[in-house]
This record gives sequence, structure tokens and C-alpha cells, in this order.
Amino acid sequence: MKVTLKVFRYNPETDQRPRYDVFHLEAEPNDRVLDLLEKVKAELDGSLSYRRSCAHGICGSDAMRINGRNRLACKTLVKDVGTTIVVEPILGLPVLKDLIVDMEPFFESYRKVMPWFINTDPPPEKERLQSPEERERFDDTTKCILCAACTTSCPVFWADGSYFGPAAIVNAHRFIFDSRDQAAAERLAILAQEEGVWRCRTSFNCTEACPREIQITKAIAEVKRAILTGRLD
Amino acid sequence: MQVHTHTYDVVVIGAGGAGLMAALYASKKAKTAVISKLYPTRSHTGAAQGGIGAALGNLEEDHPEWHAFDTAKGSDYLGDQDAIEFMCYQAPEIVYELEHMGVPFDRTSDGRIMQRRFGGHTNNKTGKPVRRACHAADRTGHMILQTLYQQNLRQGTHFFNEFYVTDIVFHEGRVAAVVAYELATGDLHVFRTKAAIIATGGFGQLWEVTSNAKTLTGDLPAVVLRRGLPLEDMEFFQFHPTGIYKLGILITEGVRGEGGVLINDLGERFMDKYAPTVKDLASRDVVSRAIYIEVREGRGIGGGKYVYLDVRPETVNKYAALDGRTRPDGSPYVVTKEELLAKLPDIIDFCKTYLGIDPMEEPIPVQPTAHYAMGGIPTTLKTEVIRDEHNTVVPGLYAAGEVACVSVHGANRLGTNSLLDIVVFGKVAGKEAAEYAKHADLASLPADATDLTRDQLERLRHGTGGERVADIVAEMKAVMTEHVSVFRTEEGLTEALEKIRELKERYRRVSITDKSARYNLELMEAWEAGNMLDLAEAVTLSALNRRESRGAHWREDYPKRDDENWLKHTLIWIDEEGKHRFAYKPVVITKWQPKEREY
Repeated sequence: MKVTLKVFRYNPETDQRPRYDVFHLEAEPNDRVLDLLEKVKAELDGSLSYRRSCAHGICGSDAMRINGRNRLACKTLVKDVGTTIVVEPILGLPVLKDLIVDMEPFFESYRKVMPWFINTDPPPEKERLQSPEERERFDDTTKCILCAACTTSCPVFWADGSYFGPAAIVNAHRFIFDSRDQAAAERLAILAQEEGVWRCRTSFNCTEACPREIQITKAIAEVKRAILTGRLD
Repeated sequence: MQVHTHTYDVVVIGAGGAGLMAALYASKKAKTAVISKLYPTRSHTGAAQGGIGAALGNLEEDHPEWHAFDTAKGSDYLGDQDAIEFMCYQAPEIVYELEHMGVPFDRTSDGRIMQRRFGGHTNNKTGKPVRRACHAADRTGHMILQTLYQQNLRQGTHFFNEFYVTDIVFHEGRVAAVVAYELATGDLHVFRTKAAIIATGGFGQLWEVTSNAKTLTGDLPAVVLRRGLPLEDMEFFQFHPTGIYKLGILITEGVRGEGGVLINDLGERFMDKYAPTVKDLASRDVVSRAIYIEVREGRGIGGGKYVYLDVRPETVNKYAALDGRTRPDGSPYVVTKEELLAKLPDIIDFCKTYLGIDPMEEPIPVQPTAHYAMGGIPTTLKTEVIRDEHNTVVPGLYAAGEVACVSVHGANRLGTNSLLDIVVFGKVAGKEAAEYAKHADLASLPADATDLTRDQLERLRHGTGGERVADIVAEMKAVMTEHVSVFRTEEGLTEALEKIRELKERYRRVSITDKSARYNLELMEAWEAGNMLDLAEAVTLSALNRRESRGAHWREDYPKRDDENWLKHTLIWIDEEGKHRFAYKPVVITKWQPKEREY
């Protein structure tokens, strides 16, 4: 099948303003959008710049706006998006070149929620025990690959980049509800601050954008409830 | 190109599991930087699915000694048994350490770490599969990578992300500096350091169908080779039996551990013929060869180049009953769809996304996929890089994980041993490098530290020969796939070698279009292509040289293992003129004399 690929281009070194380049390609319905970008880069325009690595939705490098929706280019097939495909950088982070954005503000928010396991008791000789039910409690939020598709689909984040954003809250949730972790109270205090969960307007954009199908809005609601009730059930 | 200089005690190159574990330990004692061409969480450790091997015995009897024997046997007796024993005896402790760092392993009903079956891991008394793979759903690597990154953040490790290490500079044989290219700016950085740890993973991108990330191009082994150091056992590259047809995306062995079976066009469960005892859970070299033979003899699905991996509950239960498989409590093994969905969520998602099929309803089309380098940069048991067959250490240089050859995997790696390898030897590397740095001083920085990097990058940036990188890479992948994969012959390998040398010649005339400084990925992909060609040559030369069949290296013209002449490791050097030489290192045997492998 023939597809038209329209790609956002901008190199601040040389370009006054962004533009869209249009490429006409032959594609298979099962081709990934990433395959199309790779084809353009290999055969038509080597200067097209974007991040990619694993190419199967695990590493989180290639989040981009595809036909107006945040997706991973390697997890989006041509047959699912049609024959005219518009590819743009994710919104709300500075564009550095073409589809590459500055991820540093995103990771800065992530780091603010203390996204690491904390348990200051001397560890036992073997594993700490945790029941399958306790383990299941935070399973969904362990799936996060830090691709930023959620945070950069959030209207609150677009309006004000100081909002931690859904990805940071998801990663806080992963520890808050881990029965082995001891720093839930500190994380909840951080998330109760001005940049935290109360900014969420429950638009569900994040949940729709997540390529790992994490129930993000639900996770945010659980964090809100934990702040209000002081309970982690 | 502007040059920035930094000074550290230890520089870790690569931020996957091995690099992050090394960084965690090195940064406790020494000023440590991690340099990675990706954001750390993009590393391919995150793609590891099925589990990490450790004889915890949480579900049934198991012992580190059994694990060590299985690993030695799996290696087709080429693994060094001192290193194998070290790794397998360390395994329980390091898995508990990961758990203490927060890795969310799945749990047994009594709250301990859950374990599943995996290829080649057996009860040494019965020969039957044993539950040894500790897992976190089917994203164990993801959980370990995230946890190690998080603990490094907690500890305040310095990261230089999206920096490509292009060279390691020596002074009087010692490490003096690591040279890196900053993707964001196009600037060069010289990291003066006492010690450097190489932990950059594998190079599956040499082949067309691979489970490996597009960034796994073997940059550092190529750098090491260029600096006159040898590579070890490059002829041994693992093809994982079950990659998604055409795409190569990995379908974990855990699928077979949960009871999935391989089926040919006649509907036969063909592994019965090749491995009567453990069947679909034979080691990967055995299963990949079996699939190739089925395909070659016309029993691929519809006569094509693939077979089916069937994990539908009714199929699993049928063969589990035939095999007399039981649960740990002795009851018959019967799975439900819900149980499989909970244990293999990502696999099911891959199949739905890329194949449009639901593996609970339809079998999965699979073919062998280039997966793992058993060979690499030779090291001692302490992860020190060596320069020759006498184990002469290169002061200050360490390597760990897939990039290294210590050698725990020998001629064929067992599943779950890669995650184990990276954490065990990553930890050793971090400790050893920090200890070394405590007593060493900084080596003098040679005046020409950045010359080789500049030469390479400037030539690529200004090349006018008109050769396209993508064409050269595609032709390299095609010839490696045709002649340097599961089955090999002298004729095919010779043809491949000629082609690779022709491509290396053409590579000198490469041109690129992007001349800009920032995020010039075209430039870096061109540079990576040069690394891949160097490694393709090393792999092919080593494969041509080894006239026997062992583990993943199967020579149709020499179909027998030849312990008399070839129970030894290959070291290869390639000099600036392209001339190569070989030397050999004996295999360390502690307990287990080589015997014929049966599964």
C-alpha cells in the first residue's frame, strides 16, 4: 500500500522555524511507523533525527505524536493509523531536533518523587516476604518504561511544566503501595505539594496514551485517596 | 570539535544491568561516572523476559552445584568451570540482594520468590527440568534495570547520557582516558580516569533477524580490537529458537517453561526426536538447530521458514499430561488461560500488537533469532581485561556482562544466566575497579588522545565517495544471515569473509547528508556501521578457523565436537592492515570432564 508520511522537522542550528516534510512510501499494513522512519532515514533523508532502540515497545525511546496521539513509533502499525501519517514530537518539552525533545525536565520530575526502594531495616538473610496479593497491589505501575507518552499528553502539564505529571506519580505509586517499602509517607507528602496530584484534572489522556496500558488515572486516584485517608489499602 | 576534559577514578561505559551494578559498587568507594549512548533505562537489559537463574530451591530441591553443572554442560564444556562455579554459587545471594534493593519478583503462596522452568536447567538426579528461574512476570530484565537505575539515582551516581564512547586511550599499557562524543552538541569529552569498566552488551545487529536493539552494534569490542587487544570466542553467537517470525522479537523460553511446545507443519511436537528427556526445554543451540532441520526438510509451516510455538491451554495441558508433568504438590499440571495471561502478559501483548494474533487462541509463528554473544572481551575471573593467552592483565581496564568473555557461557549460554552474569560480574567489576583506583594514580594523558576519534568522525562527516551506510549494513546482515548463522561451512564462511572485506573497502567511501553538530544520529550510525563490519570480520574469521562443531558453532563440514584439538578458547587480533592472528587459551576444568551432551 502507498502511504504519505508527513514529518515535523526542525533543527534550531539552521532553521528559522519548523516545517513538515512529506514522503511518499510503499509500505506493508504490518509495518511499524518506526519502520517508515527508518526507511526515510536510510533511503531518502539521512538527517531525519529521532530516538529509537529496542523497536518493540520495551525501552521507551520513541514516543511521538502520531496523527495527533502520543504513541510509540515501534508499537504503532500502519494498518492502525491509515495511509496518511503525521509524525510530530511529543508536546510540552523543548524540541532539540526534529522528533527529539529535551527529556531532562521529565526526568527531573521523576527524580523528585524519590523513585527508589527504601527500607532501612537490616535485610534478612534471604528474601523479604511478600504475599502474592501484596505483590499484585502495585503490579500495574511496575510496567512503566518512562517513555513520557502520558506526561506529554496531559493538558495540565502543557499549561504548566512544573506539575510532576502522570509518569512521576505512577513511579511514586509503584513504591507507595509496595508492602516492603517504608517511605510512603514522605512520598505522599511530596505528592500533596502544589506540583503534585491535586493538579490532576482526570482528563484520562494519560491512560489513553500509555503504551503499556497502565491504568494511570486509577493510580493517581489511589494516591489522592491515600493522601486524604492516610491509608494504603 | 570542542573538547571538554573530566577526571574520575572509575568510568563505567554502558548503563545496562552490568554497568549499573558496577556503578553502584564503584561509586560507593570511588569517584565514578557512567557514560552511556542511551538513557540508562533504554538499555537492552530491559528486554530480558523470563528470569534470573539461582538455585534458591523455593519450589523444589535444587543446588548451586546442579546449576553449575547444567551451565558447564550447556556451554558444551567450553565454559571455564572456575568462573561458572563462582557465578552459580553467588547466584542465591545476589538474587536476595536484588530483592533487598526492591526488585518486585513474583511470589509463591508463602511469600517467597517465585521460580519457573527454563531450558537446560535440570534436577541432576532425574534429568528433568527444575524450577530455577526467578521471575517478575515476563519482564524480569525490565524490573532489574529499573531497580538498579533507581538505586544509582538514590546514591547520586554521575551519568553522562547520550554520550558515545569512541575510544579508550592508553599510556604505557595502562588506561589513561576514555574519549566520548556528545550527541547533543557534537563535542568531544576526554574522561581522564584510573580505571574503565566496559559494559556495553552485545552485537546482534550483525544479523537480519535479531532480538537485539538497533543500538546493539558492538562499539566497544571494536574499539578494543582497534587498540590492539584480542577478542575471545567470537565464533560463538547464540540464535534463540523462538523469535517472532520475520521481526525477531524475543518470545521467552519461559513460554516453554510454562508448558508451550514447538510444532511443525505435520502437527508434530518435534522436540521429542531431538531431546527425548527435556524436549522443548533443551538448550538453545539444540532447539535452534532442530528448527532449522525441520524447516530444511520441508516441515516448516506451509513449507516456510518457521514453526509454531503453541501455548494454548488445551495444547499445554495435552502435552503436560503425556509427559506426566506435575505441580510441586504432586497434583497434575493443568493450566488455565487466566494463569498464562498473568504469567506472560508482555508476550501476549507482543503477539497481539505485531502479529494480530491471540496466543491463547492461535499458535505463534517463530524462527531462530540472533540473540546473544557468548564471546567478547576476554577477562580474568576478577573481570580484568587481558591482552594475551597468558592472562596478562591490562592495568585499569575491566569488562563485564555480555560484552565480556569470562567465560561462563562457553559455546552456548543457558537462559536466565545472562541476567545472572551481568549482576554477578558487574558487582565484581565495580568493586575491583574501585579497589584498583584506590592504589593507582592517573596515567599521563597522551597528547593525541582525541586523534583517532577525530579521524574517524571527520572522514565520515566529509566523505564524498557516495556509498550509503544503509546499503552496506543491509548487505552485511544478508551475508551474515546466509553464511554465519546456525549452520556454517568453509565455503559459505569464505564467501562471507570476502563480502565483508569488500564492504569494509566500500565503507571507506561512505557519505552522509547531515552535517550538523547537534543530534547527528546519521553520523553516529555511520560510525556504528564501521564497528559492526570489524566485528563481522572477527566473527567470520573465528568461525572459519574452528574446525569442529560445539554449542552454537555448528560446522556442517566438521559435524563433531573435537575435544582433542578444540577444547580451547580462541583469541583473535586484527591489526591496522587487516591482518589477523589467533592464539588459544585452555579451558578451565574443575569438576566436570567433557562428555557427550544429551537432553
